[in-house]
This record gives sequence, structure tokens and C-alpha cells, in this order.
Amino acid sequence: MAVIASTIESALEAIADGCTLAVPRENSGVAMEATRALIRRGIKNINLVALPTSSLQADLLIGAGCLASLETSAVSLGEFGAAPRFTAAMTSGTLTLKDSTCPALHAAFQASEKGIPFMPLRGLVGSDLTKHRPDWQFIDNPFGDNDPIVLLPAIKPDVALFHAPMADRSGNVWIGRQRELGTMAHASTKTIVTVEKIHDGDLLADPILAAGTLPGFYVDAVAVVPRGAWPLPLPDHYAADGEHLAEYARMAATPDGFQKYLAQHVHDRRAA
Amino acid sequence: MTAAQPEFRPEELLSSVIAELIGDVRHVAVGNASPIPATAALLARERGKGRPYVSLLQSRKHNFFTDGGRELFDCAGQGRIDVFFLSGGEIDGEGNVNLVSIGEHDHPKVRFPGSFGSGYLYYVVPKVILFRTEHSRRTLVSKVSFISAPGTSEPNVYRHGGPIALVTNRCVFSFDKAKKRFALASVHPGHSVEEVVEHTGFEFDRAAQVPFTSAPDADALRLMRETVAPELAEIYPQFAQSVFGVKIVA
Repeated sequence: MAVIASTIESALEAIADGCTLAVPRENSGVAMEATRALIRRGIKNINLVALPTSSLQADLLIGAGCLASLETSAVSLGEFGAAPRFTAAMTSGTLTLKDSTCPALHAAFQASEKGIPFMPLRGLVGSDLTKHRPDWQFIDNPFGDNDPIVLLPAIKPDVALFHAPMADRSGNVWIGRQRELGTMAHASTKTIVTVEKIHDGDLLADPILAAGTLPGFYVDAVAVVPRGAWPLPLPDHYAADGEHLAEYARMAATPDGFQKYLAQHVHDRRAA
Repeated sequence: MTAAQPEFRPEELLSSVIAELIGDVRHVAVGNASPIPATAALLARERGKGRPYVSLLQSRKHNFFTDGGRELFDCAGQGRIDVFFLSGGEIDGEGNVNLVSIGEHDHPKVRFPGSFGSGYLYYVVPKVILFRTEHSRRTLVSKVSFISAPGTSEPNVYRHGGPIALVTNRCVFSFDKAKKRFALASVHPGHSVEEVVEHTGFEFDRAAQVPFTSAPDADALRLMRETVAPELAEIYPQFAQSVFGVKIVA
């Protein structure tokens, strides 16, 4: 049963150094304040899996030296350009990256969701992505004839972490149409969620709300963090803070500028 | 008598060309950071009186998906997406796209964001329109350093999709799957065949006479400026303002 944590730090206790951590794409509800809290704690050697892409979150964790590896199909700041710390880490050869493609990540999470060891996927035959993924295997479709198809091993993260609009006191979390957040929670051993607010009442009692609710059964900890996705957007609630993201892109372009950004916006900032 | 040719911007030319390439289909999906393909898709929908369905992935309004991030890919796998757009840090003469890196994969000279959905969608969407505004020997190369997704596949590979065309800021190439090769289909007004040859790093076919790309007609310009531009502002406010003069509402 989920616990409504009194502090963001206590909610994040299950995210230990060296764990495999699943996070959602940049416009799906990224727990950015929780990410800053993890960096303040000095978290290390995280194997980050982005479902299926990431932006500021991965770039910050890379720049702050928190990652052992990253699995994703892309890291970019979108209209604010390349993700500077990701790009620098790649070109200096310091980041272990498992390059993927979006549906491969979705499918591998679905395998864990179903409790099966792998999922087949179309595409990828002849892509150089497969040369760098010894964990992906090709077989001949057993129901076809001379039909190569790739098998992707299930991704089973230790912890899923995301930000959502609201939770009730039983830890049921309303995710709306961001269904990949449910997939992440089903696939992961533990799930930690930050929310904008607590909903008075039972989210599962109302069928309209229940259809967009991740049951507290899957949720281990909830912390209330208003504007917890800032400066990234929370769908249907608030937009990205473009001015701040542009400032990040400017500052993170150099190692010194990035350290200044960390000092100003991560270490000197506390959860609201 | 012919009416005077209306003035238009390069983005309007590219959008109207892409709208023509989309043709009469049921569903066009547009990925992230693609304002010109989004303009084209919405223009095609206006001209088709509501057909095709248009899914702009970043949009709340022009996006009917309710099953999470996987639905786009599942929808494509079911054969329910007819047109998609891909770009590349590099694109080569066989239609291979590179969204990953130049140089050694684990220690590259240049790193791009990553493959996104290309390693799948290129295989399953029947009409993939390649779009790269920067037309140079740096971007259009004889052979990509890394194949995120190949232009063609062996006959035994499940492949219902692939490139049909490549649109740049200088011209339109069509793609011939059997020949694994592009052909110069048209050159944009103000550009020349010689210029295209000079700035293209791969070899391509061309007829003795290459036509100019058709300019957008008055109706297309009116629809883009009056109807499409305000819709674009939801997800591309900077683009809608700089190209169409839509005011940004904070």
C-alpha cells in the first residue's frame, strides 16, 4: 500500500545507488523536482531507462555524474537544441548508452508487464542499432517461412518514477491518458510518484476517474510536490517553461556553466 | 490571362509540396519538432475537407491517441498510419537514415539525439517522406556512418513501408525502391539543377529537363495563413509567429 510521504526525500528512499530506474518521456509527467532531490542526495551509478526518450532529466543526471548507463531512443532538448551534457558525454566516450528505438522500449516494458521473458517486434532488421545490442536476438518467425524477427528481452526496472496530477490518500494515482505511466508501474518492482495535489475521496469510486487511475496497489510511495514537473510540462496542466529551458541550454553548453546551473537551480532550490 | 503569381515564403512552398506528396490517404502522423510537415498535414486535411486524419504527436488537440506512447507504433503496425515523416543527421543515396552518430558508435565524432521511432516506422508506414531543410554534402551523403533505419530491405524482410520522397530546401527527390536510388523530381523556384548536383553528396537520376517545383496556389496560401497557422501555434508558437505572424499568447 502506498504511503503518502511527508517529504520528497523520504518518498525517494527506495531509489538506491546502482538501481535500474525507469522514467517517462519529457512530455508525459517527468518528476523533475524528485530528480533534483536525487542529485542533491548524491545518487550514483543509476541505470536509467527512458520510456522511450528523455530531455532535461537525462541531461541533468548525466552532467551531475549520476548514471552508470542509459537506455533510450533519443535525448534532445527539442526546440532548444541538442542535449549538451548527453552530447558531451557521448563524444568523450564516458557514457554507456544502449541505443534503442521507441517501440522497442514500449514492447520490452510490455513484456515485463505480462510477466514474459521477451517480446517480438517488427522493424530493426538491417538497422545498425542491432549491432550494438547483443541482448537483442533475431529468430525466424516460427509461424512463418524465412521471416526474420527480433526478440527484445523484458525490461524490468527496480523503480519507476514519475509525476502525475493527483493521488488520493490510498495512493491511487490519476494518470489520465498517459497510459505509459501505468505500463512503467506494472513493469517495475516499485513505483514512486510525485503529484500536484491530494484528491479528497476515492479515485476508484468514480468510474470516469477510475478509468485514468493507476491503482495504489502498484504504488509504493507518493509525495505531494506542486509544479513537480517544472520546467518540463505536465500534460493538460501546465506548459514547459521555455525561457528556463533556453537558459539551461545556454548554461549547460560548457562544463563550468553546467556546474553553475546545478548550484543555482538544483542545490540551492528546495521542493516547494 | 494569368493572375500574378502570389508571393510566398520558403516554408509555404515546402508545406504545399509535402501536402501534394501526402496525397489522398486516411491517416497522416507527424512526430516531434516537425513544423513544416505539420503545416503540410493540416493543409492536406483542409483541402480534403477533413480527410486525412492528422495526428500531431505533441498536440493535445490534434491527437486522438488514448493508449499511451505505444499507440502510435501499434497503430502503424496495424497498417493504420499511411504517411509519416523522418529526417536524419545524414541521409544517403539509398535512403538510409542516420539519427545516431558519425564515427565510432561508443566514442563518436558527432552525436545526434538518437533513432526515435525510425527503426520501426520506416518499415511499416507505406509512405515515409524524408524531410531535411539543410541540403548540403554534410547532410546528404553517399553512405551514412550509422544506419538507424535502412531505405530498403532484403525481399524476405517484413517491409510494407519506406521512403517515397526526400524534400529539401533546394528540391524534391523521388525514391525508386527497386533501383534503391533517388531521382530529381523538381527543383524549387530560384534554385537550379547544377546547384543541387553541387550540394548533394550522393548520385541520383535526373531527366534531361527537370521541372520547377509547383508554387503554392492562392487557395493553399490562404488556408495555411488563415486556418492552419493558428492551429500550429499550439505546438509551434515560434514557427507560427515567425512564418505566419501569429501572435504568441503567453
